[in-house]
Amino acid sequence: MSLSSARTTPSYGAILLRGLLAGLIAGLLAGVFAYATGESRIDAAIAIEEAAAHADTAGAADDGHHDEELVSRNGQKGGLFLATALYGVAMGGLLATAYTLLRRRLRTSSDTRAAFGLAGAALLGIVLVPFVKYPANPPAVGDPATINQRTIGWLSIVVIGMVAVWAGVLASRSLRAGAPEWLRATAALAGFLVVVAIGYVLLPSFDEVPDTFPASLLWTFRLASLGTQVTLWVALGLAFAALLHRLGREVPAERAGAEAVAG
Amino acid sequence: MSNPTQSVRPLNPPAVSPRVLWTAVSAVTLLLLLAYLVAFDQGAVSQSGMYLHELMHDGRHLLGVPCH
Repeated sequence: MSLSSARTTPSYGAILLRGLLAGLIAGLLAGVFAYATGESRIDAAIAIEEAAAHADTAGAADDGHHDEELVSRNGQKGGLFLATALYGVAMGGLLATAYTLLRRRLRTSSDTRAAFGLAGAALLGIVLVPFVKYPANPPAVGDPATINQRTIGWLSIVVIGMVAVWAGVLASRSLRAGAPEWLRATAALAGFLVVVAIGYVLLPSFDEVPDTFPASLLWTFRLASLGTQVTLWVALGLAFAALLHRLGREVPAERAGAEAVAG
Repeated sequence: MSNPTQSVRPLNPPAVSPRVLWTAVSAVTLLLLLAYLVAFDQGAVSQSGMYLHELMHDGRHLLGVPCH
């Protein structure tokens, strides 16, 4: 029996289910990281925001976000896990869908490397590229009047980040068949950087950090935020690869071979 | 015949048939809606007023989504 006939051909549903589960695991882990590293910084930032709102007699700086107490601070700390879990599930499903649609185009025989590659591409394109242009902001940083422009800018840079990764892959593959690996890597980097640079230059910048906001608090908050996303995508890549690996072993070779022939 | 030494078999990627593609488009739409619910919704989709928005406030900040 040849190797190829012993392979399992999973359905999109089976892959999607594993992506969603991997996303739930990754989201909860990211929630744990965010809770441990970020909550004390959010508390500190909210204290600054409320002090500023109370000092401002006109109340213009108060966006009403925290004074209404629709959800208590403890509720929001629990809600953190709901947010990261749901976000993780969504990203896991998208990763599984990308895997299903792109697996044949990924030039590796290893499913694990394919999963790592896609998760790494997502980390680069939709986390790292956007973070450099629009780093995460704690409460008290950011002018409510520009929220629409900042949201549009952020969504744009997420799309541009994905296009940049795609451009890097295209540039690398556009070289002749015998091109050395260093040249492929250089072409990939150049293709990626050109798109990122265009995005960074064209999109507006927002510097809305109040002069009185502590620089160290801003820095530690942003590290916690970046760490949350890195935790999510690293855990998602690992968990998805692990579940795919198990999926390949679930179906005995004889049955898988018969299915492959039938399919 | 299964070979016990060959424990890792690469999966055959599923063929991208029109049916898979259609299912994928539907799934992606729902998944993006879920991400929207976490990142941006202020009650229009969740129909919970600002409750879910406020509940997930800390998550939004720490995931790096522009908030207020």
